[in-house]
Amino acid sequence: METVITTDKLTKRFGSFVACDALSFTVGRGEIFGFLGANGAGKTTAMRMLCGLLAPSSGKATIAGFDVYTQTEKIKRSIGYMSQKFSLYDDLTVAENIRFYAGIYGMSRPAIRTKTTQLLEELQLQNEAKTLVRELPLGWKQKLSFSVSIVHEPGIVFLDEPTGGVDPVTRRQFWDLIYAAADKGVTIFVTTHYMDEAEYCNRVSIMVDGVIAALDSPARLKAEFSASSMEDVFYELARKAKRKGD
Amino acid sequence: MKQLLTFIRKEFLHVFRDRKTLLMLFGLPIAQIVLFGFALSNEIKNTRIAVVDYSKDAVTTRIISKIAGSPYFNIQRSLAGGQELQAAFKKGNIKMAVIFPAGFGDDLTHTGKATMQVIADASDPNQATTITNYLNQIVLDFNAGLAQDAAQPMQILPEIQMLYNPALRGAPNFVPGVMALVLMLVCTMMTSVAIVREKELGTMEILLVSPFRPLYIIIAKLAPNLLISVVNLFIILFLSDIFLDLPVKGSLLLLVTGSVLFILTCLSIGLLLSISAKTQQAAMMGSLMGMMLPTMLLTGFLFPIENMPVALQVLSNLVPSRWYFIIIKQVMLKGLGVAAVWRELLILTGMCVLLFGISLRNFKIRLQ
Amino acid sequence: MKTLGFLLEKEFRQLLRNRQLMRTLLLAPLIQLIILPLAADYSVRNIAIAVTDNDHSTTSRRLIEKIVSSGYFKLRDYTASYPEALKQVEQDKADLALQIPAHFERDLVREDKKQVYVAINAIEGTKANLGGAYLGNIVTDFNSEIRMQWQVSGTGGTDGPPQVSVASSNWYNPFLNFHLYMVPAILVTLVTAMVAMQSAFNIVQEKESGTIEQINVTPIKKHIFIIGKMAPFMVLGIILFTMGLLVGWLFYGIVPLGSLWVLYGSLIVYLFSMLGLGLLIATYSGTQQQAMSLSFFFINIFNMMSGVFTAVDSMPDWAQAIVATFPPSHFIKIMRPVVLKGSGFGDILPEILWLLALGLILNTWAVLNYRKTA
Repeated sequence: METVITTDKLTKRFGSFVACDALSFTVGRGEIFGFLGANGAGKTTAMRMLCGLLAPSSGKATIAGFDVYTQTEKIKRSIGYMSQKFSLYDDLTVAENIRFYAGIYGMSRPAIRTKTTQLLEELQLQNEAKTLVRELPLGWKQKLSFSVSIVHEPGIVFLDEPTGGVDPVTRRQFWDLIYAAADKGVTIFVTTHYMDEAEYCNRVSIMVDGVIAALDSPARLKAEFSASSMEDVFYELARKAKRKGD
Repeated sequence: MKQLLTFIRKEFLHVFRDRKTLLMLFGLPIAQIVLFGFALSNEIKNTRIAVVDYSKDAVTTRIISKIAGSPYFNIQRSLAGGQELQAAFKKGNIKMAVIFPAGFGDDLTHTGKATMQVIADASDPNQATTITNYLNQIVLDFNAGLAQDAAQPMQILPEIQMLYNPALRGAPNFVPGVMALVLMLVCTMMTSVAIVREKELGTMEILLVSPFRPLYIIIAKLAPNLLISVVNLFIILFLSDIFLDLPVKGSLLLLVTGSVLFILTCLSIGLLLSISAKTQQAAMMGSLMGMMLPTMLLTGFLFPIENMPVALQVLSNLVPSRWYFIIIKQVMLKGLGVAAVWRELLILTGMCVLLFGISLRNFKIRLQ
Repeated sequence: MKTLGFLLEKEFRQLLRNRQLMRTLLLAPLIQLIILPLAADYSVRNIAIAVTDNDHSTTSRRLIEKIVSSGYFKLRDYTASYPEALKQVEQDKADLALQIPAHFERDLVREDKKQVYVAINAIEGTKANLGGAYLGNIVTDFNSEIRMQWQVSGTGGTDGPPQVSVASSNWYNPFLNFHLYMVPAILVTLVTAMVAMQSAFNIVQEKESGTIEQINVTPIKKHIFIIGKMAPFMVLGIILFTMGLLVGWLFYGIVPLGSLWVLYGSLIVYLFSMLGLGLLIATYSGTQQQAMSLSFFFINIFNMMSGVFTAVDSMPDWAQAIVATFPPSHFIKIMRPVVLKGSGFGDILPEILWLLALGLILNTWAVLNYRKTA
């Protein structure tokens, strides 16, 4: 499988505090890669380095073949990102949000129009095109957020705890969207606290105290730790953690 | 009661952990009082003027040196003529021009009368009037000197005594004014924004569903600001005494009482604002854009209230800082007692109670 | 470039949609501009005077009448004793107390000179000064009058001594209309407050709500983002300014004498510096509350010290040096001359240069700071 993300001893230090310690892993095209860890384990820091938001202290990493030190602009063009706070503009309509993000990723106006219609159809939000985002229910906001993050059809999308606060049915629907994207060859890099979601991933890595304590498919991890669920796997690893929450 | 204290303690922590805002809360009044106390005054000194002397005789020289010797004027240059005058005025280099026509001294000697021309840049009418007056005084003085020589009979000699502020410093007027202004704006803004912030974050809802009575919520929210403002007051009074030579002549207790009343009134205004504002931005812009200018202009320290159109005079009665300004002047600068300020104190108390009552009622009603 | 277009489109959409905000930013200032200059009037009239006449002579009564009918003073009280008059001053009921002592008329003729006593509440310097000056003028005038009468009636001496008289004229504002002076300056304070505060707030809002993080991951370059954020406020500032000029014309009959090009050109340079300040404040603020506190700090100082209400020339040198770093002080030195005197580009060139320099410093500092923190 073609690798789209590679890291080699990626490290981030803040003064004497080592947030991420020599992370080395690869992610292949079309993979759904789960990035788990307790609060304070270093997940968010790692993700920010991969997105080109934070320069590493040492080590190497490439995203879509671009170097995280010297080619952050190219990285930004090739990835999508959905943050914890969803980051849609509350006071703009659905259509306006799509238009904005599509526009700043450089899509042409005709392309934006086509894409908007397509997106609205897929999400069944045609009637809400002119609704302000702040009036949408949480679940719809989430789905819209995800779709907006891949509006420019990037090869990789980073999702930072995307499913907070919604009911299990909506979460399931959300993951349907993720599967659909992965099927098209988009690589999904997702952090989450929901252990059942960990089961949906192709491979999962678990960070504890700044290092990757385990990295494998859910099935193999459960076997390795003689656990019946990912939750138990996580518990096994995380309880030994020295660092408490952020 | 214990619950209330816990709540108040939390509020204090909120405020005191925000270093930057704290800096502003204390730094602002201090910086302003010191700056304004020293820098601001309505006094007009060192006005740059130009002299055009077509006559160049002994008389004009005497008058010119008298003008030059005055602290009010700063002779920029002696211009050659009319053209240069316009240009100099437009550049803002001079504010007034004094012109002596040719044969000035001769006229004076032979006809007993000579007229000099004075042109003032009246863009600033106040300055123009004042410096024209100063110049008139100098000429009157000069005339008196001529008269002395001629032993004038029947001279009325006004003896003028400047009360409370003999050096005509700006500080006695501006410090109380700025005190009132800053306390009012800071209290209103900080209170309204702090409360709306909780609304925005959603923590207000939690408070409202708790068994806490709304009254206690309000008291707890106002408490830190009250304390900070009182501390500010003392710092300002201290600085005014030490640096600006403006001690509190009257009863400190009376001044503090009046100040606390005023602060509570302002806090209540902030409270009222916070109820209608949905976002922090609205609260802030509301207090700032809505209150700053009116407060500045209607308090009475920049412009005399009795000069204003009647409608505005009535409006100024609604501005709490106007009453507080009087209290400060009477108690701090003149050293007067309760008898002089009971009316103002009563008005402030009334405002405070009214505003607080309205806010409390509205607070209970709106859950938003 | 195209991304800037999309950014601007979003910013304007958000701004225009926010009705409450637009009202606060545009409407509130204009209402204030209409009403408040009416309050801003330094001209000293209606000075309250308390008079004690211990002489009760024709002369003393004439003097009092002259004072009272001058238009500058209004008689607050006619007290029996000077201490009572002083009390009026103490209680802020009168600004001046005048005592004409006993034997005033008699002593003027017999001794050739006699004092009158004046006490002035000097807390408010201008009023005190002018009040004293007006009174002094009236007394001197009165003095000449009675002296001439006395002389004409034959009991007196020679021709009066030589006298210099002053013919004064007021240029640029012959009717001493205080509104001409205040309205342009108040407009400047309103535009300043709006632009500096709002631009700071706007950026900090994005920081607080997290949308800035989203922007950071996109290919939008930081300087494009900054321009996109600041441009709407430049536009808003120009709009507010224009509306202000219209208000000035409609309500106060103020028509700028100078060139509108010069005025608007200066405005743009000025807004550039104020936006720089707003951005700078935003980079030092983590929360909206902090942004507000910092902006308020600066705006209040600007308002009091930039020459709007008090003359910069009257300040001590060190204060003037500080004021020179305030962009509003320079813009006011452009506004008033251009509007009232028709000053041209060449006349205000020093101020424009100051604004440019300050603008560059503020913006550079702000952008450098932004790169580091946001």
